[in-house]
Formats: sequence, C-alpha cells, structure tokens
Amino acid sequence: MAVSRIALDALFGIQVVASTQLPFVYGTPNGYSSQYCGVIGRSCNAAGWRRLERRDDPPRKDIHGLTASVVETGLVACPKCDLLHKEPAMAENCTLSCVRCGAVLAAPRRDAFTRVLVLALTAMILMIAAVYFPFLDLKVAGLNNHTSVLDAILAFSSGLLLPLSFAVAALIVLIPSIRFAAIAYTLWPLVLRRRPFRYARTVFRLAETLRPWAMAEIFIVGVAVALVKVAGLATISVGPAFWAFCALVIVAALHDNFMCRRTIWKSLEQSRQ
Amino acid sequence: MQADDLEISGTKQAVTTARKAGFVACDHCGLVYRPAAGTCTRCGNALHSRAPLSLQRTTAWLLAGLIAYVPANIYPMLLTSTLFEKQESTILGGVVDLVHHGAYGIAFIVFVASVVIPIGKFLAIAYLLLAVGRHRALNAHQRHLMLEVVEFIGRWSMIDVFVVAILSALVQLDTVATINPGIAAVSFALSVVFTMLAAQSFDPRLIWDGNEAGK
Repeated sequence: MAVSRIALDALFGIQVVASTQLPFVYGTPNGYSSQYCGVIGRSCNAAGWRRLERRDDPPRKDIHGLTASVVETGLVACPKCDLLHKEPAMAENCTLSCVRCGAVLAAPRRDAFTRVLVLALTAMILMIAAVYFPFLDLKVAGLNNHTSVLDAILAFSSGLLLPLSFAVAALIVLIPSIRFAAIAYTLWPLVLRRRPFRYARTVFRLAETLRPWAMAEIFIVGVAVALVKVAGLATISVGPAFWAFCALVIVAALHDNFMCRRTIWKSLEQSRQ
Repeated sequence: MQADDLEISGTKQAVTTARKAGFVACDHCGLVYRPAAGTCTRCGNALHSRAPLSLQRTTAWLLAGLIAYVPANIYPMLLTSTLFEKQESTILGGVVDLVHHGAYGIAFIVFVASVVIPIGKFLAIAYLLLAVGRHRALNAHQRHLMLEVVEFIGRWSMIDVFVVAILSALVQLDTVATINPGIAAVSFALSVVFTMLAAQSFDPRLIWDGNEAGK
C-alpha cells in the first residue's frame, strides 16, 4: 500500500513530498493545456514542465514501431482510478503518484534492477534454509518436540483438512518462492543488458498476480502469536529456520519496495527490440 | 489531491479519465490505447475500460465468503487434549479462554484478526457495492481508501490459520498434551480467500466514475 511504501521511502532517505503540495500533470485530450511536472521528490525539478503536444500533431513512431494511433504514447492512466496523466521524464529516486487517488504510478530507484535481483536470489536461499533447518523446539517436563516449517504445513494433513495443507504450503513456501524465481528470471537478462528470456512477460505478470498471495510475513506474525500462547506452558527455543524466515520477511519487504512495475515493463519492452 | 489544488495556473481545469477521453487503459501497466485493442502490447494483459462483470463477481465472492464464515464460527478451530480433559474451542471460545488466562493482549489480537476484520471486510465490500454510482455519505476518496484498506488488511486474517498450524505442529506431546486443528480452520481459510478475491475483483475505477471533478 502507498502508506507502507512512503514509510520505507523515508527510511531510505528518499524524499517524498505530499502530493497535494505540488502541481501535477494531467492530460486533457484536446488542444493545448499547460502542464506541470508530476514528479515529486528530489532531482526531479529539471524533469517536468513539458507542454503537452497537440493531439492532432502528426503521429510519431513509438518504440513498438506502431503508430500512436494504436498506443497513446506519453500518457499514463492510473490503474486504480483511470485518471490520465502526462508522463514526465522520470529521474531516479522519484515517486510519481496519481493526482486524484494517490496510487503510485512509478517509483524508479537507483540500481533497482540489480538490487531487486540480488534480494530475490537472497530470499530464495533463505527460503531453502527456512524450510530445512529446525524451526522451533518445544520442551516441557522432559518431553521434547522439534518442529520445522514442513511440520507446520503437515499439521493439516489428516482427513478433511488435507486441502488446507496444500493451501498453507502454497501461501508460505511455494508462492513466495515462485515469485522470487519469476522476478529473478525476468531481471537477470535486464541487469546483464541482454535480451529478455522467453516468456519473460508472462512470467513477470504471474509474479505480479501472485503478489497478494505470498504470505510469508503473515506466517511469521502468526508464529509470534502462537509462541506467546504457548510460552507460559512450556519452554520454547527457536532454531535457525526461524531467523532465516525473519530475514526472509525483511528481504522480501525491501525487494517489494525497490521494485517498480512500470520501469520493469518499460525495460522489457525496450530490450525486446 | 482534490481538484481545487490543481488551480495553479489560475484557470481551473477538469481532470480527465482515460474513458472520458475515449481511450482504454491497461490496468496492469498503465499504457493507454485507442479502443478496440484486445491485449496490452507491452504486458499482455487483457484490455478493458472497466473490468467486465466486476460488481457481479465481487457480489458472488462476497456471498461465498459470508457462507464460509458461518461454519468457521460454529465448528471448533482447535481440539486440545491433555491428560485430564479434552477441549474443543471455537474462534470466539478461544478468545474467551485467552481472556480467562489473563492474556488480554493476545486475546485482543486474535479477536481483531478473526472477528472484527472479517466482519468489517464484509460490511465494507457490501457498502462499496451499494455505493457505486450513487451519492453516498462517503465520497470517492474515502471509498477508494476503504477498498485499499480492505485489500491490504484482508490477507492478514490468514494469521489465524497459521497460528493453528504452528500450535498443532508444536504441541504434539503424545499423551500429555496435544493440539489438533478443527474443521473450522478450513472454512475460515476459505472465507479469507473468498473475501480477498471479492476485493480483487472490485474494479476501483468504478468508484471514480461520475467523479471527474475529483470530488
């Protein structure tokens, strides 16, 4: 959500000015209209203040080689509220948000692709550690029970609850892993400045669709609640997998913060040429 | 963020949506098209000015979520057995137990996560469905925020299912104490998933239709 993004931006020293304080770009389809820079944040002042070309100017070739009669270049519509914006020249470390609903339209970050790629690879390694190392250890009155993440998944493996086992496995292990792998697959060639791999578009769209279904961070909070519930009754020690999982959650949050969907799509498009 | 703030140049300009300007925008990557293109040439997403049957889909998922929420509350979520007793506790029963044990903080978290948030989500989505295209108490900005909050917070209801998973994996001490999940865990998880799908199938652009003034 925009709020958490702003919080993280503040953490990284990226200055985000409240969107109400600056004039913004919005396109009117006919004729001339004066436009303002829609970019907020530092190093953006030079970018803005472009005028909208007249819509009836001769169509220019865009990067597809398609004419602008098929794709309206230079415009971006807010995916949340459909408001048209004139796309400004974006500098790095700017955040472009919708004038009306505040949705983040673009947030390119310096060296974002490399960082996101590295964070995705880190997360995949941490996920392997989180699944295989011992997770929690319960001791009470001489009895001992080791639990791994796999055990938590298999907790529902009896009878009618079995489908829930698959669901939990998907939500906390499979979907996050698939997402990280898909993003690594998309970004790897982009970072090396090569042509994207085959099906990179489909793979990246899959990664974006899966985003709300990756629930590793919710799982770790669930673990915390469960630990407090049991804490009074037994001694619990946490294993390496627990810390791996915590690290995974932080890495995943950083990963999502550096990722700008719009920049990735543009780079995919440009490097397809 | 209001239209009034855009009055910088001295001449007030109305904001324009892609639909009003006669375009279709990709709701995945924001690219703007002349109408009648099938899929986005950049990201391959299907192009629709507004998601087809959005309200119908949302209603269907919402009803499914509501139906699944009923058994989630009636049937036991946790089956606890110790040396002396066997106990089945429902969602609300678990909260009451926690309060009896004096764990008010945890009781509050569980109560909010598994009762307040699901019911709040049902109400919020129902309200958004009813408010589309009408003048209601909440303006478009507030309704948009409402949908955003529902989408953001919806996933967190899953926390209850994970707590049950961890507890039943952790507390398996043969005869002394065991915790096993009850069938309510399945219906609760289904309810959360259905409500998430309901929120996702609601096209937020519908909230803003007829609000081009930004109000």
